[in-house]
Amino acid sequence: MSTSDKKPLPEDVVGTTGHSWDGIEELNNPLPRWWLWSFYACIAFALIYVVLYPAVPLKSGATPGLLGHSTRAEVAREIERFHEANADLVARLIEADLDPEVIRADPDLYNYAVQGGAAVFRTWCAQCHGSGAAGVQAAGYPSLLDDDWLWGGALEDIYTTVTHGIRNEDDPDARWSQMPAFGVDELLTQEEIGQVVHYVRKISGQEHDAALASDGEEVFLYNCASCHMDDGTGDRYQGAPNLTDAIWLYGGSVETLTETVFYSRFGVMPSHQERLSEADRRAVATYVHQLGGGE
Amino acid sequence: MAILEKHKILEKNASLLLVFSFLVVTVGGLVEIAPLFYLENTIEEVEGVRPYSPMELEGRDIYVREGCYVCHSQMIRPMRDEVERYGHYSLAAESMYDHPFQWGSKRTGPDLARVGGRYSDDWHVQHLRDPQALVPESIMPKYGFLENRMIDPQGIADKLRVHRMVGVPYTDEMIENAVADFNAQIDPFSDGADALLERYPGAQVRNFDGKPGISEMDALVAYLQMLGTLVDFSTFEPHASR
Repeated sequence: MSTSDKKPLPEDVVGTTGHSWDGIEELNNPLPRWWLWSFYACIAFALIYVVLYPAVPLKSGATPGLLGHSTRAEVAREIERFHEANADLVARLIEADLDPEVIRADPDLYNYAVQGGAAVFRTWCAQCHGSGAAGVQAAGYPSLLDDDWLWGGALEDIYTTVTHGIRNEDDPDARWSQMPAFGVDELLTQEEIGQVVHYVRKISGQEHDAALASDGEEVFLYNCASCHMDDGTGDRYQGAPNLTDAIWLYGGSVETLTETVFYSRFGVMPSHQERLSEADRRAVATYVHQLGGGE
Repeated sequence: MAILEKHKILEKNASLLLVFSFLVVTVGGLVEIAPLFYLENTIEEVEGVRPYSPMELEGRDIYVREGCYVCHSQMIRPMRDEVERYGHYSLAAESMYDHPFQWGSKRTGPDLARVGGRYSDDWHVQHLRDPQALVPESIMPKYGFLENRMIDPQGIADKLRVHRMVGVPYTDEMIENAVADFNAQIDPFSDGADALLERYPGAQVRNFDGKPGISEMDALVAYLQMLGTLVDFSTFEPHASR
């Protein structure tokens, strides 16, 4: 075997760095090309970025950069872009002036209001009224699918409820009424409460004690009828529920009714005047209106 | 090159290498951190932001203790989808009195930066007691035990003092009246309620869980109901350069 067949030693090709520890030397391999060029590209990118975007902190703020980029301006622009895209439909929705016939007559508008309203509903309303708008039975969150309305089921009524809410402290125009706590405030005796509970069970067509119920009628007329009406069908002007149907907010059992009369109950709905735009409120009212119970 | 020859001195001297490495890292730190202390636009001045009232602070501690931040963020980013879902994007000033901040890093549940006023007190109590009763698709655990845990307000003044040490501007008056303010916040008809509102404008005063006594439920709901409500965005003009 001749010496010329021998492969050249690496140190003869690339040389060494000259570092030597206990006779062990370090090869001076060049950096891989791809790595080196990526490194230079990163430096170039950084320099360009510093010129174009906000970067160098100075005395009172950072350099703004040639592009004038700002996340706040960007989000404002983005929102504006969608506002503009919907401007025509929004104008038509407001022009329709909460008349369901007018909205329904315009298929584009109807589609926009119902689909947009459904999106608003899922974001803002579903937590209490359920994602399918069926409410939460026994917890006081009414179903919006039926035609039993507390404050009215016309499109305009629904819009007012959505806009101002019910019994909240943020909105002076919130719908307001309050059932007295007949037991806690000693407006009725324990006995009278028992009587009126059975009367309510009677007018709602449930099993009841006939003797107690007939005594309860008078209690009802003197204490409850001013809001729930003489026949117990309720009063939408005061948000007083109809007690003669089988639809209950909290429940129609003797225990639940007794608790309701003793402690009183009422739900609270937030105001959406500042949380949602005019168009969003009209859209969500349209959505709720067409769920089945709209009047 | 001559300078590379000099570099060998550093490479061969461990202590010197350590000192110079530290100097290089310091430059990075100075450029990135130091401006935050003097730049005027790091935290813009916003009207309405105030330190937490004693009860809100107590509720915030329960929020931290129960690890709510693990699933809920408190940071609405400036993006259209977030602004439309949660409300106005968060401002740095809104968490300037948070120690530590509750921005969070993951949303398993929704963002809570503006949850204040979005639901009724009753909803919060029912929902904390049994989230699935109201939102069947929720995977949130139940926190009903908070209702049975009464808060002893004795430590509250010290808590305010600690927050003052880290820069929250609690006045001597606030610390002195910490326990009184704590007790006043669940009773709008008490003598202390007006003084509380003067010290902490915009505080919500009512019996949050509707039961006698101040439970951890009261404090947590008081905290949740004030989140994101301090700044009036109908008058707030965002500075464009930020």
